[in-house]
Parts: sequence; structure tokens; C-alpha cells
Amino acid sequence: MTAAVTLDGVGCTFGHGAGAVRAVDGVDLTIAAGEFFTLLGPSGSGKTTVLRMIGGFTLPTAGRVWIGGQDVTLAPPYARAVNTVFQDYALFPHMSIRDNVAYPLMVRKVDRATRERRAEELLALVQLPGVGARRPAQLSGGQRQRVALARALISEPQVLLLDEPLGALDLKLREQMQSELKALQRRLGITFLFITHDQHEALSMSDRIGIFNAGRLEQLGTPRQVYDTPATRFVAHFVGAANVLEGEAARSLTGHAQAMLRPERITLGEAVGARAAGPVCEVQFFGAFTRIKVETAGTRVQADLPLAPGAVMPEPGQTVHLHWNNGAVHALSAAA
Amino acid sequence: MNTFALPPPPPRPAGLRRRASDLLYTRRGLLLLLLLAPPLLWFGVIYLGSLIALLANAFFRLDDFTGQVVREVGVSNFVALFDPANLDAARRTIVMAIAVTLACTVLAFPLAYFMARHARGWSKAALYIAVMLPLWSSYLVRLYAWKLLLAKEGAISWAAERLHLSWLIEALLATPLVGGPSLSFSTLGTFIVFVYMWLPFMVLPVMASIERIPASTLEASADLGAPPLTTFRRVVLPLAMPGVAAGSIFTFSLTLGDYIIPQVIGDSTLYIGQVVYRQQGVAGNIPFAAAFSLVPIVVIGVYLWLAKRKGAFDAL
Repeated sequence: MTAAVTLDGVGCTFGHGAGAVRAVDGVDLTIAAGEFFTLLGPSGSGKTTVLRMIGGFTLPTAGRVWIGGQDVTLAPPYARAVNTVFQDYALFPHMSIRDNVAYPLMVRKVDRATRERRAEELLALVQLPGVGARRPAQLSGGQRQRVALARALISEPQVLLLDEPLGALDLKLREQMQSELKALQRRLGITFLFITHDQHEALSMSDRIGIFNAGRLEQLGTPRQVYDTPATRFVAHFVGAANVLEGEAARSLTGHAQAMLRPERITLGEAVGARAAGPVCEVQFFGAFTRIKVETAGTRVQADLPLAPGAVMPEPGQTVHLHWNNGAVHALSAAA
Repeated sequence: MNTFALPPPPPRPAGLRRRASDLLYTRRGLLLLLLLAPPLLWFGVIYLGSLIALLANAFFRLDDFTGQVVREVGVSNFVALFDPANLDAARRTIVMAIAVTLACTVLAFPLAYFMARHARGWSKAALYIAVMLPLWSSYLVRLYAWKLLLAKEGAISWAAERLHLSWLIEALLATPLVGGPSLSFSTLGTFIVFVYMWLPFMVLPVMASIERIPASTLEASADLGAPPLTTFRRVVLPLAMPGVAAGSIFTFSLTLGDYIIPQVIGDSTLYIGQVVYRQQGVAGNIPFAAAFSLVPIVVIGVYLWLAKRKGAFDAL
């Protein structure tokens, strides 16, 4: 498979001298054509700067950017075969929805009839038929989001960059848009580069995830790989809930110097054969599961207990016995 | 846990103050009325009242023999507006206002764009001060400064001579309609000073409107394939139009109403402001001055209507 996007040692430093900030530091990354790739990381981790360097809005201070086999490191945004869905949608307020969607065709001097037909097709694709005559201010946030998507797709780019596009939507709408985006990507076969700080979004939508922290790629892998075998302590913490054990607690509970134990892999049981025991210090009800925190081996271990029929949840103060399989423990390298 | 005791809310005032505050809190209309009464009185009585008095005067006439205003309603003043000399002054003023507005727009736009999108910190402050500084000194001082600059033996002629560019000024002054014996006695000179005087009134609103355009809107345009000039024409210009319209209302109406600049700098041809000034001052013909002062009001009205029809305010 050909690479849709290749980053080769890409770095970006803002400012000079003592006040310089290294936003992105030596990122190597290859995104395959047709892939749904997500860059996941906390705010300020540099993931948006990576997207801006691919889009051409920020120029890298080191390394090279390739799109579809072409070196575009210093190419302006309008000369790149990528389109962006901006976080704030960035619709043109003075144009109708139809003119917004048809803008990429207008600047390419496509005739008006074709433009309007294509704009209607794209609006139908994002399930917004018949709003073409309205202005962006007359649409809701979710509708504007769809218009931005239609506008970015109308010129059939090789790669679509999405910068936290669902951040401003409420939970229900966000979940709906997640599955729609995923379905759209499968149908069109376009490479999606999705930026988010939401781990659920990243895990549920992506073919592969790159986890970003402090300007560096911490781990690259499928959702299952990064969840089951996080490469670093940061990844273990950031993706899903995790008990990260270190020092004495890690040695006595798992036999490793540093290890991760997912809360949902822990069950309650008899004293016989238990891995750990201790008093419950906190009980939180989450609906589908109940999270308890247990004091043991000088630390607090959290366990997520599924809401099985007839299950009786422990009370705070009650002593419980924790069980888990050997496979539930993932050793983390001590260096990280 | 840290204990932090919030101080108790201050006791509510008793008696009349409390009753007054309760009344204003529950009766929002009354509060609004109290707040708006002074500006509405000012605007309604003093401003609109004097304007209406002026317009009413336009329908009276001056008795040429006694020099007294005759309070009989008639349209003789409006007929007099169409005298060739008066039409000439109106036409000259309107053409000048259009030229000044266009020149101010062209000069202000790059400066405003730079100030809004690129200048940061000290460079922005320096540009702000550079634009505003002339407004801090007297209009007359600046006007006479220009008289010195533009005079035949003035700084500009001197510099042109040193640079061997005197021929350029000669050629400009030889141009019919705008030329004259020297820059300070030519329509060209009047135009230069008008543009200088009103430029800040164009820069500031245009800058404010460009500042309001989110950076992502311009990035989106480039991202979707528009080269910089297309982005400028399709996105920046339409979104900056309300600012240009606001600025042009200033430059246009200030030029229409001014009577001092063309008197100090320019040939002796008359502008609307000068005609009004002479009629009400020297001639004491207030009715005719009032009728003539309607011309700029009508012109501005037509201008705003055209601007609206052309979509200048669509991005508001």
C-alpha cells in the first residue's frame, strides 16, 4: 500500500533562544492510504501542530512532510491534496451553505451548474439536504459540523484532516457523528487523520492510533495494542483506566518493577487463592459497572465490577479479596 | 480539609434606599427609562430639534430688500440650488468626496490589514499611535503645516528639486482640472490634505473589521484551494466591507461638510461647506444655507442606500 502521509523526522519549534518552545520533536510517521488514523493526546501535546504542518498552516522547523509521494514540506496549503475540518468549522459567514460547500469548486473555476449539483450531492451525503440557501448562522452546531465536512470532501482530497471536529457537540450527537464519520470513511475510502483528546473516540473509530505526549509519539498501534500493551506509563494512564503499580507494591502484587493492571480484569472472590486483600475505601456507581478502590500493599487498587444480575456490591470499610489472571498484568519498562 | 469562612453578605440598606433599589430591580422598564432619558433628551431635543429647525428654515426665504427672513413656506431656495454655480459646487464636492473615499480605502486597507493580522506588541502600539497621533493636535495646526509643505517654496518643492523631480510636480500642476499655480493652490493639494485628514477614520474601522475575521476562516480558504488573491477577494474583502462602509461614511461625510480645508488649501473654487458658510454668515441668508446643507444629507442617504444594495452590510 502506498503511504498517504509520511512524516520524516518532523519537528516544530516556536520562538528563538531561551524562550523557544519545542511543540513537536522528531516525529516519524507513515499513514497508509485508506486508513483511519487517530492522533490521541492531551491538550498542548503538539498533536494539532502536527496536523497544521500536514495542512500547511505551520511550517516545520525540521524534517520533511510527504503527501501521496510528494514532498510538500514548504508547499502552501492551497497546493496540498489535503483538506481540513476545523475545530470551529470555519464556515464563511457571508456565503450561503451551498456556496460554502461549493467553495473548493468555485476557486477551481468549475461552472455554476456543476458546482450547485455537486454541493447538493455532498449535502445529501452528510444528511443535510435542502439547507443550501441558508446561512451558517442559521444552522445548529451539529449541522455546521456536517457542512464543514461536506465542504472538505467536495474536492475529493486524498487525505482529510479532522481537528477535534466533535469537541463542541453534546454527547449524544458526538456518538452519532462518530459512527457516521466511520461509515463515511469506509464508503469513500479516503484517508482520515483524526485529532482528538478523547480516548473513547480514538479507540472506537480508528484503524491505528498514535499517542502523543509532550511533542513526541509515545506509541503507535491498533486500538487493541495500545489498550492491552501500552508501551509507557503515560499511555497506560491516558488510554482507559489503569492501575499503574511501581516499587514495592508492584513487586509484591505482580513480581515486576513496574506494571499495569486494568480495573475490569480484577474480580472479587474467596480468601483462598486471592492475589490481594484489603478494605474498600471508596465505591463509585457508574451504571454499567461499579468502581471500588481497595487499600492493599501500601497503595490503592481500583477494580471495575460489572453490574451482573443480583450482584451485591461491597460497602466502604468492608474487606475484599481481589483475584486476577497472570495475563491481566502488563509489565511496563522501568525506564519510561 | 482547608476551612475557609466566606464573609457574610453585607447587610441590605434599610429605608428609602432599599425601597428605591427594590423598585428599580423589579421594574426594569423604569430603570431603562431613567438611564436612557438623558441621552434621548440630548439627541431628541438638542440634536434632532436643531436639525428640524434648520430644515424648516429651508422653506422660508430671505427678503433681498430688507435682509429679513420671511416666514412663508415656499420652495424658492430649492429652485436656487439648481443655479449653475450651486450645481457646480455640489458636483465638485461630491466628486472630491468620492475621490477622497477611494484614496483613503486604498491607502488604509494594507495598513489596517497589517495592524490587525501581523503587528504584535510594540509594533502594534507604535502603529496605533502613528494613526491616532494627528488627531491629538489641532486640525488647524495640521492644516497650516500642510500649507507650508505644499507651498511653492515649501518642503515638497524643495525635496523634489533636490531629487531632480521638479518636472514631476510641474507636470502634475499642468494637468487641467486638478492643477494650479502651486500645490497649495490646486485641487490636487486640497485632495492630498483631505486624504491626510480623514485617513485615520478609515484605518480604524477597517482594522476592527479585519480583526474580527477568525484566522481559521482564512486558513480554511487556503486549505480548500484558494490562492492568496482569491482568499482576499472572496473572503477578506467581503468580511471587511462593513468596516470599509463605516470608514467611508466618515471620509465621505467629513469631506462633504468641510469648509476650512478648501479655503486654506486650493484654488478659489467653492465647495458645499463654503457656500453654506458664506450664505449664513456674510450674506445672512440662513434659509438658503439650510437648503444647501440638505444636499450632503441627501447624498449620504443615497450613498448608504447604494452601499446596502451592493451588499456592503451583508457580513454584519
